[in-house]
Amino acid sequence: MLDNTSSPTASRPSALPKLPKAPSGIEGLDEITEGGLPLGRPTLICGSAGCGKTLMGIEFLVRGIQDYNEPGVLMTFEESAAELAANVTSLGFDLPQLQAEKKLRIDQVHVDRSEIEETGEYDLEGLFIRLGHAIDSIGAKRVVLDTIEALFSGFPNEGVLRSEIRRLFRWLKDKGVTTVITAERGEGTLTRQGLEEYVSDCVILLDNRVIDQITTRRLRIVKYRGSTHGTNEYPYLIMESGISVLPVTSLQLNHEVSDTIVSSGIPALDEMFGRRGFYKGSSVLITGTAGTAKTTLAATFAAEICRTHGRCLFLAFEESPQQLVRNMQSVSINLAPYLENGQLLIEATRPTLNGLERHLVSIHKLIREFRPDAVVIDPISNLISVGNLSEVKSMLIRLIDFLKVNNITALFTSLISGRNIQQEMTEEGVSSLVDTWISVRDLEGIGERNRGISILKSRGMSHSNKVREFLVTEQGIHLLDVVIGPGGIVTGAGRLTQQLQEQAQLMAAQQELERKDRELERRRRVLEATIGNLRTEFESVEEELRQINHEEMARQQALTEGKAQFTQPLPLQRPNESQQN
Amino acid sequence: MEAEERSEPAGAEYVLHLYITGATPNSTRAVRNIKDICEQYLKGRYELLIMDIYQQPELAQREQLIGAPTLIKRSPGLVRRLVGDLSDRERVLKALGIISPLADSSTGHEGA
Repeated sequence: MLDNTSSPTASRPSALPKLPKAPSGIEGLDEITEGGLPLGRPTLICGSAGCGKTLMGIEFLVRGIQDYNEPGVLMTFEESAAELAANVTSLGFDLPQLQAEKKLRIDQVHVDRSEIEETGEYDLEGLFIRLGHAIDSIGAKRVVLDTIEALFSGFPNEGVLRSEIRRLFRWLKDKGVTTVITAERGEGTLTRQGLEEYVSDCVILLDNRVIDQITTRRLRIVKYRGSTHGTNEYPYLIMESGISVLPVTSLQLNHEVSDTIVSSGIPALDEMFGRRGFYKGSSVLITGTAGTAKTTLAATFAAEICRTHGRCLFLAFEESPQQLVRNMQSVSINLAPYLENGQLLIEATRPTLNGLERHLVSIHKLIREFRPDAVVIDPISNLISVGNLSEVKSMLIRLIDFLKVNNITALFTSLISGRNIQQEMTEEGVSSLVDTWISVRDLEGIGERNRGISILKSRGMSHSNKVREFLVTEQGIHLLDVVIGPGGIVTGAGRLTQQLQEQAQLMAAQQELERKDRELERRRRVLEATIGNLRTEFESVEEELRQINHEEMARQQALTEGKAQFTQPLPLQRPNESQQN
Repeated sequence: MEAEERSEPAGAEYVLHLYITGATPNSTRAVRNIKDICEQYLKGRYELLIMDIYQQPELAQREQLIGAPTLIKRSPGLVRRLVGDLSDRERVLKALGIISPLADSSTGHEGA
């Protein structure tokens, strides 16, 4: 019937195995739909009041024009073109400008029952011609019909309308335009008329739910003919830049990893890690009970990042930036200069200010704008006040994922309640998601509390198994040396006692040693004296012996001489005498 | 039928515009019906304009057309839109103000 209005329809490469899709340009939606809305086919967006159906439709058109150069037609049955334009100006969509550029056509269909009299057989060919004309006049590839069910209020003959709307969908498919139809949610059905969802190739359900006074908008793809799609409910937000559907990050785990090491800011803590720090781009969790210096550890890390010329984003959910800076000053962590030169950004918000999703999106936005090397969130446990456990977990999964993909080191602190301190479980259950898990805790002894730090896990490197005691001093955090007492590692007063005992023992041992030395010396001297005596004695004895010997020899000689005189009374000859000798 | 038919010059009491969609059965019937009615009730006091929106698609938006065929009564009185092939003569007459709404119940029964 409209052969005379044949237009260049969108090409449908039927040879391709995959269904061709038209990217919506809406943040996150194309990930869930695995590429976009079905190209050249109708998609239904349904939902109750205030879900952003019209907005999603308009964004689909505007993104199509701006990003994909596909002109679009907006046929509105409820609001006028001027109203729509005013409504979306705040999102940066300049509809009048696009209309002037012949990229967009807005046709307001005015339906007023009081003006309409049914006088017999009719069809909706007038609508078809209007739409066809609008499409052809700008070569539109995208069409949005904003709440087609408004027709039902104007035309009482439901039978005609139903068959005509079916025909309209068929006709739109034949024209090859990618169409978005919006519809109000009905009782028990997706739409009031229960018609559009059956004739659409893709149905997106928007939902607006209030749980514990916090509203979350959610999106679900109910059906998508000929394509796989994400089946979950995905939270989405209406923000200054339009609609943003989460997850905004990739759904796969295939991000690049870094081999660089970043320091924790505390040399002694670094030494507890096999590689002397954290991997860049990894996620670190610090859990602990109240007052275990989690924030101080986090601030130390932030200061270290800034000191090594990195940029750090510090998201504080408990303290204001001024308070944080002041408090950290007391432990010699000076954050103020980094704040001034822009290396550090402290963003303090109340967790209850936003829903979780908005928090996530605002974090995303901050990260994109600030481009930090590290992000600190202090603490994540406060987010529990905003959402339930599973929501917080899913939010954190997406956040960690996002940070990892961007190779940003993340450090989270988490408060664990004192009751299940032994459990070492974070309420958010994120411990399985993080790469490094540091636990700080109170080591309560007799009449005192001490802080202990230990590493529960550290993916990809070895780590110390010891619980190290640490002190928060005016010079920052100091890890104390391990002192092992009879009953294991001792801390606090026990450590002092142990140290005193050890000192006393050491002194005693020293004294003993000295005493022994002296004893030895004395004995040596005694022995030496004895040796001297003996030597003297020996010498006198020797002298005596020599004397005796000498006397003996003299006596012998005298005797010999005497004997000779007796045996040879007279020496006959001189030579004989000499031979005798 | 694509051509404009004008029984009286401008300034007639009844100004009727009929928008049709080519030679579809509904449109053909509508043209026949409106001509009958005009000849029967409004002879000499009407101006009937028949336009084919296939030929002039821009009219569809300008005139806020949805259903087809549509008869728009410009005058006298309020603008009325009559959607359909105009075969329900009683409603057509009533909407055009040819028969008074007071008399409509009696004539309605007679017509039925």
